[in-house]
Amino acid sequence: MVWDLDKYSSRMALLDEYGSSLTYCELVEMGKHIAAAVGERCLVFALCENTLGSIAGYVSFLNAGIVPVLLSAQLEQELLQNLLAVYKPKYLWLPIGQREHFQGMESAFCEYGYCLLRTGYGNEYPLFPELALLLTTSGSTGSPKFVRQSYRNIRSNAESIAEYLELNEEERPITTLPMNYTYGLSILNSHLLVGATILVTDKGLMQREFWNFFKEQRATSFGGVPYTYEMLERLRFFRMDLPSLHTMTQAGGKLTVELHKKYAEYAAEKGTKFVVMYGQCEATARMGYLPADKAIEKCGSMGIAIPGGKFRLIDENGETVEKPLITGELVYEGPNVTLGYAECGEDLAKGDERHGILETGDMAQFDADGYFYIAGRKKRFLKIYGNRVNLDEVDQLIKGQFNGLDCASAGVDDHMYLFVTDNAVADAVKEFIASKTGLNPAAFKVVVMDKIPKNDAGKTLYGELEKHYM
Amino acid sequence: MNNLEKYLAVFTETFGVDEERAKGLEYQAIQEWDSVGHMGLIAALEDTFDIMMDTDDIIDFSSFEKGKEILEGHYGIVF
Repeated sequence: MVWDLDKYSSRMALLDEYGSSLTYCELVEMGKHIAAAVGERCLVFALCENTLGSIAGYVSFLNAGIVPVLLSAQLEQELLQNLLAVYKPKYLWLPIGQREHFQGMESAFCEYGYCLLRTGYGNEYPLFPELALLLTTSGSTGSPKFVRQSYRNIRSNAESIAEYLELNEEERPITTLPMNYTYGLSILNSHLLVGATILVTDKGLMQREFWNFFKEQRATSFGGVPYTYEMLERLRFFRMDLPSLHTMTQAGGKLTVELHKKYAEYAAEKGTKFVVMYGQCEATARMGYLPADKAIEKCGSMGIAIPGGKFRLIDENGETVEKPLITGELVYEGPNVTLGYAECGEDLAKGDERHGILETGDMAQFDADGYFYIAGRKKRFLKIYGNRVNLDEVDQLIKGQFNGLDCASAGVDDHMYLFVTDNAVADAVKEFIASKTGLNPAAFKVVVMDKIPKNDAGKTLYGELEKHYM
Repeated sequence: MNNLEKYLAVFTETFGVDEERAKGLEYQAIQEWDSVGHMGLIAALEDTFDIMMDTDDIIDFSSFEKGKEILEGHYGIVF
C-alpha cells in the first residue's frame, strides 16, 4: 500500500472543473471495487488523462498491488497495439469513449467515466513482487522501454517531496502536466500522501476554463516545464492577480537563467515560493531542488539533493570530483532510484538492477557552497516541451519509414533539426516525426543536405551539423 | 495585403494549413494548434499587427472567428 487514505477520510481528495469530486473515503471505496473486479495482482494498461476516473483508477491499482502501465490516452492506436502485443496486460483501464476501439473485450467495471476491460490475453508474464508501476521515459516514440518503479521508490520520493516543499492538507495543487508524465505523477503522489485536495483539469494554460477553475477553487500551487514558464511570461503572468497561489515548481529541463531570475524575483516580491527542481523518471521523479530562499542567490542552479538522497560527480577517469567548478557526470544515490528498465514482458520479473545508484547522464558542477549546476549531457537526447526525445531513436524511426533515406537528428532543447538527403520527403519526415512523438510540429525543422557528414568509420559527425542550426 | 489577408497568412504559416481550413479553425482542432502552437500564433499576430495582447484576449482566442472579433473589438483592427 502506498497511501494511507483512511487517515483523511472525509477530506476532499480530487475535485474537477465540472464540480465532480471524490473524498479520501470515496477513493478507498473505489479501491475496494476495483480490487474486487480485478481479483489479483496483475498488469493493467492505464490510458491516462487528467480526469477523476483516470486518477482514482491509478490510486486504486497502486494501493491494491495491481501494476499499472501509465500511457497517454492520446497514444496513437498503432503504437498502443504494439505495446499490447509486447506486454499482454490482463486489463485495460480507459475512458469510456474509447471502448469502441476494443470491441470483443469484455467490461469488468465502470466508474467515473472510466472502464476496466478484460483483454483476454492468455499467458501472463510474472511480476517482480516489489514492482509497483511502469512509466515511459518520455512522451514519446512508442518505444516499448519502460522504467520499473517500486513501492518503496514511490513512497520515499513522495515523502521527500512533501518534506522539502513543506506540503500539508491545506494544499490545493492544480494539474498542469499529464499524470502519465513522471513530474505530473509526482505531484499527485506527494499531495495524496498529505491529504491535500487536487484540482483536476485537462485544460491548459492557454484556456479560459483553466484560469476560471484556478481562481474559483483557489489553487495554491502548480508545476511547469521550461516551456510552461515561457508561455506564462507571454500570458503576462507577472500582471495576473492570483492571491491563492503560493508555490510554483519547475522541472523537466533547464530554465534559462533570465527566466529563473524573473520568476524568483516575482515570487520574492509576492511572498511566494519558486522552486527549481531536478529529476528523472529513472529516479522515480525528484533528485534535487533549489530551496526557495536561495532562488535568487543561486539563480541558474538546480540545487542540492532531496532529503534522503546524495549527489556526487565522477570525472572521465572514474574518480570522484572533490573540488568546486569542475565538470563531471552527476551520480545520484537514494531510495528513489528505480529498479531498472523493462523492454519486454519477461523483464517484468527482473529485480533491482541499480541498487540505489543512478548515473544520470547529465554533466554538472557544484559551487563552493555545494549547489549543483547542470553543464550539459552525456547522451544524445533533447527535451522537447519537457519530454525526453532520444535522437538515435528518431533516426531509427525515420530510416525505418523512409526506405534508403540517410538522415541525422540533432538540435537544442525545444528545437530539433532533422537532416535529410532528399528534398522530396522533407515535409513527410516532419509530419511523420511530429505524429510519432505527439509533439507540436513547430519543434521540428527539416534541413536538406547533399550528404550527412560522417567520419571514415561511417559515424555521423554531429558537431558538423551544428552550423546548420538556424 | 489587407488586414484579412494578413490575418489569414498568419494562420496558414503558423499551422501549415490552407486558407479554407484556416477559416473554420478552432483551438485544438488540429495537432498544430495546441498550447505550443497557440503561443506561436499569438506571437505572430502581435508582430504582424504591431500590438501587445492582454491575458484575457490570449486565453479567449479560441477560434479563427473569435480571434477576428477580439482584434477588431480590442485593438482597432478593421477587417
